[in-house]
Amino acid sequence: MNPLLTVSGLTRMYGNRVGCRDVSFELWPGGVMGIVGESGSGKSTLLSCLSARLEPTAGRVLYDTREDGPVDIYAMGEPRRRMLMRTDWGIVHQNPRDGLRMGVSAGANVGERLMAVGARHYGEIRAQADDWLRKVEIDGERIDDLPLTFSGGMLQRLQIARNLVTHPRLVFMDEPTGGLDVSVQARLLDLLRRLVTDLGLAAIIVTHDLAVARLLAHRLMVMRRGEVVETGLTDQVLDDPHHPYTQLLVSSVLQP
Amino acid sequence: MTSAPGYNFAYLDEQTKRMIRRAILKAVAIPGYQVPFGSREMPLPYGWGTGGIQVTAAVIGPEDRLKVIDQGADDTTNAVSIRRFFARTAGVATTERTAAATVIQTRHRIPETPLSEGQILVYQVPIPEPLRWLEPRETETRKMHALADYGAMHVKLYEDIARFGRIATTYDYPVLVNGRYLMRPSPIPKFDNPKMNMNPALQLFGAGREKRIYAVPPYTPVKSLDFEDHPFEIQSWDQACALCGGTDSFLDEVVTDDRGGRIYVCSDTHHCATRRDAVQEAAE
Repeated sequence: MNPLLTVSGLTRMYGNRVGCRDVSFELWPGGVMGIVGESGSGKSTLLSCLSARLEPTAGRVLYDTREDGPVDIYAMGEPRRRMLMRTDWGIVHQNPRDGLRMGVSAGANVGERLMAVGARHYGEIRAQADDWLRKVEIDGERIDDLPLTFSGGMLQRLQIARNLVTHPRLVFMDEPTGGLDVSVQARLLDLLRRLVTDLGLAAIIVTHDLAVARLLAHRLMVMRRGEVVETGLTDQVLDDPHHPYTQLLVSSVLQP
Repeated sequence: MTSAPGYNFAYLDEQTKRMIRRAILKAVAIPGYQVPFGSREMPLPYGWGTGGIQVTAAVIGPEDRLKVIDQGADDTTNAVSIRRFFARTAGVATTERTAAATVIQTRHRIPETPLSEGQILVYQVPIPEPLRWLEPRETETRKMHALADYGAMHVKLYEDIARFGRIATTYDYPVLVNGRYLMRPSPIPKFDNPKMNMNPALQLFGAGREKRIYAVPPYTPVKSLDFEDHPFEIQSWDQACALCGGTDSFLDEVVTDDRGGRIYVCSDTHHCATRRDAVQEAAE
């Protein structure tokens, strides 16, 4: 078996400033990798580079495609990369408005990926959209409502349904619980954890919330000023931090 | 008839016509592809057919016979003024008979009379980009065209069925030309979409404000988008035309008084008149 994602020496510079530098890791199928760090530490830059949205200055990202095994995502052609992004991958944005089409109904939002990959049977598209709305705990009656009428938590769940409808193998999440109140966060986390386990998804989750990281991630990468300062199993990193910065990060969490 | 003094033949200067013809040739070579061109100021406002009029000016010759229709009618302001424009600046013969015309400039309709080889149909296009409602960035829509990445276009049709139970888009219905490029057929009713398929005439589309020209060459397959379980359908009426009694043409609803009276009449005036003449002759 190959690692799903193999990252080596990934560097992204913004002129003279560092976005992220010399990041290397492997992600195996079903594995959940958390990326934590303070804001400005390069988490989102790294995520964009990994998810083929931002070309790195140096380094390679190999993805284990279903057909031809490991392929450099920046060396493959644009059509193939687009296809990959809407079938094998999912991208959950921090702000659901970035990832959703706000002017069309919830059902169309979920069905869009299916239509994009060639589904042309209205009844089947709708049935799948309905099924997925239920899976993310959105009432099936709201399938024809515009996302504008949804609450923040529902929008985030809708975005997740929209991404999972094509059965991706790898999901990128940027602060999936950002901007939600704690009880909604808790439900969303439960849902995410269940979906990730049930579907055997691999995921890369960027967050500054260590509690989210502990709940969802198997492995953790701690970033600071664009560089990975510590990496390891989540519990290991959080319970026994080695790097001074990680120690600071862990000790900064308020205990209620 | 001779053209008005002081104007070049068909208003535009020869350099401009050459530039537009180059764009048209490229458009014909790549059916459905939007070719950018240097659209000129014309003596009529944007939205009144500046694109169509430039295409017509570039393809028309002294021997041509021009017909201009607006919403199917030969006698509306837009049609009359454009017809007179070319009669004055090019001195070409004009006609209202579809079969007799060699160049037909149209807004919002395709004539009911089937077109034949050698005829040119020029459409006036307000917004040429079919993906615009979906994607506001021009760079992105061009990329989508380049990659034939059209799946998301069905979202619009899905939305129609979810809201209305059927595909409620009735005009400017998106089509796939020659199995490759997605095209906006200009705001013709979807009733006319099947006429574009394998049409023996050359169909040219000009968008003046957006500076784009595209084309459907003769005998090119043009397919309207649809779903397997909601196939493409054209409009139908339960009335016949109040003037000619025809049931096979596109009907306009006309309000006749302020007490709710209304009739349905053919939108293609020449088609309607021909039928009425035929009925009258048969009666005599």
